Amino acid sequence: MTTKARIATVSLAGCFGCHMSILDIDDRILQLAELVEFDRSPINDFKEFQGRCAVGIVEGGCCNEENVHVLEQFRKQCDVLISLGECAITGGIPAMRNNIPLRECLEEAYVKSPGVYNPSGAIPNDPELPLLLNRLYPCHEVVKIDQFIPGCPPSADAIWDALGTLLTGKPAVPVYTRIKYD
Amino acid sequence: MKQPMAKGTDEICRRFGNDRTRMMDIVLEVQARFGCVSHEAMEQIARAVNTHPVEVESVVTFYSFLSVKPQGQVVIRLCSDIVDWMKGYEDVADAMSKELGVTMGETTPDGAITLTRTPCIGMSDQAPAALVNDVVVTHLTPERGRQLIRDLRRHLDPPQLVTMVGDGNNAHPLVRSMVRNNIRMRGPVHFAGFEPGSALRKTLALAPEAVIREIKESRLRGRGGAGFPAGLKWELARNAPGRKRYILCNADEGEPGTFKDRVLLTERADMVLEGMTIAGYAVGSDSGIIYLRGEYRYLQPFLESAIEERRRQGLLGTDILGKKGFPFDIRIQLGAGAYVCGEETALISSCEGLRGDPRNRPPFPPQQGYLGCPTIVNNVETFCCASRILLEGASWFAAMGSPRTSGTKVLSISGDCRKPGVYEVPFGITAQELIEMTEAENAGSMLIGGPSRQMIGSERFGGRICYDDLATGGAIMIFNRARNKLEIAEHYLDFFIEESCGHCTPCRVGLILLKRAVHKVVAGAGEPSDLTDMRDLSNFIIRTSRCGLGQAAPNPVLGALENFGDLYAGLVAERKPGLLPEFDLSQAVVDAELRAGRQSKYV
Amino acid sequence: MSGVTLTIDGKSVAAEKGQTLLKAAEGAGIYIPRLCAYKDLLPHGSCRVCSVRVNGRIQAACVQTVTDGAIVENETAELQEYRRNIIDLLFVEGNHFCMYCEKSGHCELQALAYRFGITAPRYQLLYPKRDIDMSHPDVYLDHNRCILCGRCVRASQDLDHKNVFQFIERGCRKRLQVNGEALAATDLQVTDEAVASCPVGALMRKRVGYSVPVGERPYDNIPIGRDIETAGEE
Repeated sequence: MTTKARIATVSLAGCFGCHMSILDIDDRILQLAELVEFDRSPINDFKEFQGRCAVGIVEGGCCNEENVHVLEQFRKQCDVLISLGECAITGGIPAMRNNIPLRECLEEAYVKSPGVYNPSGAIPNDPELPLLLNRLYPCHEVVKIDQFIPGCPPSADAIWDALGTLLTGKPAVPVYTRIKYD
Repeated sequence: MKQPMAKGTDEICRRFGNDRTRMMDIVLEVQARFGCVSHEAMEQIARAVNTHPVEVESVVTFYSFLSVKPQGQVVIRLCSDIVDWMKGYEDVADAMSKELGVTMGETTPDGAITLTRTPCIGMSDQAPAALVNDVVVTHLTPERGRQLIRDLRRHLDPPQLVTMVGDGNNAHPLVRSMVRNNIRMRGPVHFAGFEPGSALRKTLALAPEAVIREIKESRLRGRGGAGFPAGLKWELARNAPGRKRYILCNADEGEPGTFKDRVLLTERADMVLEGMTIAGYAVGSDSGIIYLRGEYRYLQPFLESAIEERRRQGLLGTDILGKKGFPFDIRIQLGAGAYVCGEETALISSCEGLRGDPRNRPPFPPQQGYLGCPTIVNNVETFCCASRILLEGASWFAAMGSPRTSGTKVLSISGDCRKPGVYEVPFGITAQELIEMTEAENAGSMLIGGPSRQMIGSERFGGRICYDDLATGGAIMIFNRARNKLEIAEHYLDFFIEESCGHCTPCRVGLILLKRAVHKVVAGAGEPSDLTDMRDLSNFIIRTSRCGLGQAAPNPVLGALENFGDLYAGLVAERKPGLLPEFDLSQAVVDAELRAGRQSKYV
Repeated sequence: MSGVTLTIDGKSVAAEKGQTLLKAAEGAGIYIPRLCAYKDLLPHGSCRVCSVRVNGRIQAACVQTVTDGAIVENETAELQEYRRNIIDLLFVEGNHFCMYCEKSGHCELQALAYRFGITAPRYQLLYPKRDIDMSHPDVYLDHNRCILCGRCVRASQDLDHKNVFQFIERGCRKRLQVNGEALAATDLQVTDEAVASCPVGALMRKRVGYSVPVGERPYDNIPIGRDIETAGEE
């Protein structure tokens, strides 16, 4: 039996839309299952790495200390690291806070925003809550990223092409419609 | 709006004929009188000269000496060029800032004094220096800085700061400046005797075409740095169709480390004015403009009087020297703190009362320049050369210098040397000879032609000053071996970022990213591939930028990479997989830690 | 009008004297990428996306006029690399969030990035702090997306015969300014050419966003410039 390539995925400061798009490859997921075994991933709910991986797929950028920690682990455990989707690549929606001081962001979210009921005016600060970074960092500003699949979310075809190339070694024919930022 | 400002602004506009093309003069006057050009004033000006307020704002916000917000009654602009840093800028800035109780860029609460900094003001041989309104103060020390502020607090009258005047015409009643000429070597072209009118008399005996032929035969090349053949430029302008032609003198020497034009304007004003008049005759122009950098405003009254004197002598005006049908006159256009205006098309824009944005070329100025007319723009020194050439003859001039670069060059030499100042030398002189002449000890590198040209190490000290080897518009800075060359490169990258007009993408954005790349390497976070990226980005900016500024701005970095590559190479290393060295988690969580009152568990 | 002949990437191209390289190429079915060039407005020469090599020197094709016998390089690896760089620079300079931008699919900057196959910016995003002017009843101005191409400035002056826009400040602080306290205080109308001229989502009509479904927008399936290239094939 040949060992299958291991693949890990994670959603950092993302909305899981990119992961939905991975599932959008539909029945091709059966072909994928022939080629790979999922390591740490929300798809199988493994929280820790089982071993070294050929491919790591990261959705979302880094908005807190834990994202940074997880991304660092991915970099160390994966041969090829892929930024999947706009948030991982450019920060996306979470990066809209990038020129607003952290304090204002938190106050807007938990105290001042219309519809917020928070008589004490306290901002959540449980020790279990990861500390937020001063801004959102795209993944490639935190660790080295080998490949980028843009889109919000990237299309299933774009993901399939990229994975196919990586796993089979056959380069995909560039298709204009694969690259989208929305 | 306050009545006095409305009235005053209207009056200023009227004085300049409510002429939109005189916008620079108008806004400079408004700034001088009211301490700023407020939005109300912009509306007033726009009405008077029949334009839109946003057009006025566009001009005002372009130049660093103009401001929308009120500035102090006295503005101190401390020169922050690298040479000033070497001579103690930081301590002086610190002392002045403490004495005033404000930080750099701020105005005292009473609105009396603003302290700010500015790039090279053309006083590198007497650094650290500053402009106090229009008054130049030189050789500053922390103690003199403090004293200056105490004096200003008492009288708020900058001219009173001048207690000792400099040599030559610096002592002239219309100049009365503490600036010194520091002429260390007098050559035959610029510093030999010159009688006003002598060259013009010879000129007028020739046909205009013959004058151009004379300039061509002298092989005079533009002294601003680019080295375009002057005779060819004149000929192009003469032959270009146009209802009127203009002679522009570029006295905007903003290249850091250059100050020789300041000395020529102070001591050789007649040669400059005469050269312009000769060009006027040759090209068929009746109007000249001297574009005087705002930093040299203190020379304006003196130059105005020199012009007036020449009118009295029949050397300017109508029927010059009795020559029927040859009128020529000169006005001075003041700049307002924008390095890019030294670029000839930007200079033309500024003269027309616009932002100092360089223009698309073609058309080139000799075809279509000032107000759409054929225009030649030559450097101060080029006009001086023209006067001497017409006086002494083309072959006399061409016999001097190196084979492909004729004549002499006036150099401004500063930095780590005992005798900084102005040197008129024949082209072809070596860098090593300059080091010896200026008594520079332990020289490790030289910036030839300012930051827009090249930094050379000692292995190239045998190189010759000429257009084919070490080209320079006149700036030479000497650095001893202890100076940090990478710091110098970074300093000048900042300078270009500040002075970019922002028109084209490569220069406007590319320089910011180049700065980040350099900073990353200098901070010790770089990898070998970063050096390749820096080189690629530099070359990209140089090749795709629209004007000379962007095409030169990466030179300090590129030069350092090429000539002192081992310095950068020593800072980079291959990294292990993991967090990128430029990503600093402890910095990124510092705000959150303060808010949450707990430490990150990952730092 | 006398004609001149030049070659672009080895192809012989006939052009009219005084024509810009950009237009001459267009006439021959050759697309030279561009952003700041718009219709017949005076060339701006600012974006530099149309950089070509003319007889060995890099020039902006929108500014440079044709000369007889000129050898022009357009699609060389070097130039494509430089153009890609410029597109990248414009992306990182502003805040371009395509995922919710109403211009997405119609945006020329985005379309150029698609055409060049850009998957991620090569440079660090600068995330500048910029304003949005919502004051006008029918048009908004989002400075986050402005690429300083000057198309609205020139269109307002030369096509609308107004003077709604101008640039202020310089260098990296350079930005678009309106002739009045805010857009509502200007004489801009929603039908102005200036509004239509914006290549990105900076100057946008209100209440008409997202009207074309994803998949049917101009650049969803067809690369920018293809129209010029196919016109040349016919």
